[in-house]
Amino acid sequence: MTTLPSTLILDWKRIFKWGSICAAALLFVSLVGMPIKLDPKSIISPLLSLGYVSLFWLPLIFGYVASSRVVLEGVETSKPGLSDLLTGVLTGAIGGAGLTLLMLGIENFDIRDPLINWSPQLLEVLAFGARDLNSAVWIGIGGALGLVGAALNVIPESLRRGVSYGFFTVLAVAIFEPALDDMSEGFRLEWLVELIFQKRGGLKLWPAIILASLIGLISVVSKGKVKKAVAQYRKQEGSQKKQTSVVLFGIVAALGVVLPIFMGTYVNSLLANVGIFLLLALGLNIVVGLAGILDLGYVAFFAVGAYTTAVLTSEISPFFAPGLTWVLSLVFVVLLAALTGLIIGAPVIRMRGDYLAIVTLGFGEIIRLLFLSDFLKPYFGGAQGILGIPGIDLGFVYISGTDTRGIFYLVLFFCGLAVYVSWRLQASRLGRSWMAIREDEQVAEAMGINTVNSKLMAFVVGAVLASFAGAIMAARVGSVFPNSFMILISIVILVVVIVGGMGSIPGVFVGAFVLIGILGGPKQPGLLQEFGSLKLLVYGMLLVYMMLQRPEGLVPSARRTQELHQEEFLQDSWLKGTDDEDEEQPIEGEEAQI
Amino acid sequence: MSTEISNSESTDPSALLEFRQVNTHYGAVHILKDVDLAIYPGELVCLLGGNASGKTTTLKTLLGMVTPTSGEVVLDGEVVNNEPTSYRVANGVTMVPENRRLFKRLTVKENLMLGAYLRNDRDGINEDLEYVYDLFPRVKERLSQKAGTLSGGEQQMVAIGRALMSRPKVLLMDEPSMGLAPALVQQNFELIEKINNEGMAIFMVEQNANMALSIADRGWVLLTGRVILDDTAEALRANEDLQKAYLGGGSGE
Repeated sequence: MTTLPSTLILDWKRIFKWGSICAAALLFVSLVGMPIKLDPKSIISPLLSLGYVSLFWLPLIFGYVASSRVVLEGVETSKPGLSDLLTGVLTGAIGGAGLTLLMLGIENFDIRDPLINWSPQLLEVLAFGARDLNSAVWIGIGGALGLVGAALNVIPESLRRGVSYGFFTVLAVAIFEPALDDMSEGFRLEWLVELIFQKRGGLKLWPAIILASLIGLISVVSKGKVKKAVAQYRKQEGSQKKQTSVVLFGIVAALGVVLPIFMGTYVNSLLANVGIFLLLALGLNIVVGLAGILDLGYVAFFAVGAYTTAVLTSEISPFFAPGLTWVLSLVFVVLLAALTGLIIGAPVIRMRGDYLAIVTLGFGEIIRLLFLSDFLKPYFGGAQGILGIPGIDLGFVYISGTDTRGIFYLVLFFCGLAVYVSWRLQASRLGRSWMAIREDEQVAEAMGINTVNSKLMAFVVGAVLASFAGAIMAARVGSVFPNSFMILISIVILVVVIVGGMGSIPGVFVGAFVLIGILGGPKQPGLLQEFGSLKLLVYGMLLVYMMLQRPEGLVPSARRTQELHQEEFLQDSWLKGTDDEDEEQPIEGEEAQI
Repeated sequence: MSTEISNSESTDPSALLEFRQVNTHYGAVHILKDVDLAIYPGELVCLLGGNASGKTTTLKTLLGMVTPTSGEVVLDGEVVNNEPTSYRVANGVTMVPENRRLFKRLTVKENLMLGAYLRNDRDGINEDLEYVYDLFPRVKERLSQKAGTLSGGEQQMVAIGRALMSRPKVLLMDEPSMGLAPALVQQNFELIEKINNEGMAIFMVEQNANMALSIADRGWVLLTGRVILDDTAEALRANEDLQKAYLGGGSGE
């Protein structure tokens, strides 16, 4: 040992730990079929596909994690250097070895029975299409990627920033390719798209490099400015903050109104999908985020909205077909949703926490099963559902279900309404009572808040917003079926709210765009349609990750950020030994004087 | 510690808050047994008793969270047995809960405003806010901070301020010394005395009998749901039985 320079001390335990986790992750990703399913989606054509990205990022991340060190205050440590790089290489190599073993395993054994993806197809992907590739190559690839990950740790922060921004931009542009392709027609920018993208999908190599370096450069130059601007915005108070918020909101709204004109069917239908889930998530955000009622059966109100619209507007509704216009039926949709909210809410609201969540879960299913039941088949058509729902006649314009742009505008209008309602409610007396109930129901009651009424109101407001989404959905699809209202929808909406940031309106927007827009909703494909059945897996992983690492969500509300910040502050003051009693002493004197 | 402000029965004969032969049950279990209580304007009274003697139930019955099975709860001359909590809060009873129980993730200002939840008079609310700020200048400095991040003493101030925001006639205090460091307990009792000196009637439920009797005008002692002693604070402090039962016997404390 003494012959080794002091910089080359390796923490073998750490390397093996992260290396084997990396190997396990790689095996898992391979065996659920990610590389095969995502291979058709090209990122940089023909060099890199999303399938390989799903493999490559793991050794890279684990190399980064294994080589990162906590620098203890006041403890001498060697500068990041060779030993860190070596740690990364070894970690990545151990991970890569997992894939080597997998390749050997697939070649020599056949356990395809339980493991569907234990297939020659996977072998082909792992061998980069070559037949007689030595499987040991993966050890090298893993080591190289681990090295890159470790290098990210060693290089200065600004460079790391530039590199990661560049990489994520390329990834994002490639993911957004179908959307950009669709938009380019409206903007007369087909030449640009042709310049950047390969005909069969994926970025061309040179544009990718140029794009990455450009964005990387910009990110290095603009370092810290965005954060500063956000901090400044949050520091503003009263009318000034309101003004900035209104301006920001105005810009977003204007973009929302103008952009769809230039976009084609594909993007508009995608946005309409996102919008419907956004509307649902905004409603659930009031129920869960503000009032703290964990409603797992939120889909019930979505279903009530859709079915009410279907029965009232469809000419061929089985039992009762008044053939109202969509706008007129909306009145009844609101009334019935509110009524359902009251009926479901009344028994549920007296419960707390877990019990409430379980009971709402039950009610969500009960509503769906009622629509599916033979008992109500004469009225709602059972499994056959209700067909023939006409488009939306607004008087000055007719929006048919296939007119995606029109549907998008309609969704936009209702989302705007939902945002306005949530925003106003947050500052209102009712909103305050919800927050009080969320914090401490008993004390809220002692303050004179009628907790039952207040919680019922939250249920009803949430129900009405969800029913709007249902009404739009019915007109858009032209038919409703009980199986469109599976429990999964409730879960997905909840995940959108949680991932975005509970109680935060911008968070809900980001959550909806990321989850529904990119990954796709329960039945609708998103930008990454290759994900298909892997979607739920990604949802789950995202949810677990968020709960562990960032429980406040992607875009936390100012309230929650501040909270975390203040907790840190308190811990600091505790460490410094300024505890309560020390602080209290001077006040006693003050008060004695008064 | 001065207790000279005892202007009880003589100045105003009608009680603010009264129990007349109140009985309560939790399910089949008999909790309060024929309890008689009366709180007069400007008084500071305390209810003493050990664990499970019915102290908290008394408070809950006063606030309307528990309905008596027989007897009358009288608020300002009106029988309010069947009125909900919100009615009683609107008509002059508020509680400072045990352990303060602030809305931790809401700001101090929001906490105070929730105290005034049932009121609509904007000017009056602002007036009372100013009153609370005058009473506790520290609270004013912390308005936009999360209540949960305040120190124990500050939280107690906000809890009292929140209760005062409903402009009560009687302030109910559930175990004000519970969960506080000894130095803070002392400070807390000074706060209570100070508010009482401003003319607020206070009904305090306490286990720390010595402390409570040192500032109270009168006291009751509750034993398994029955009032066994009802006297002035001074007399209670001199009572040997009580000394033995609750005040830890000897003259040490």
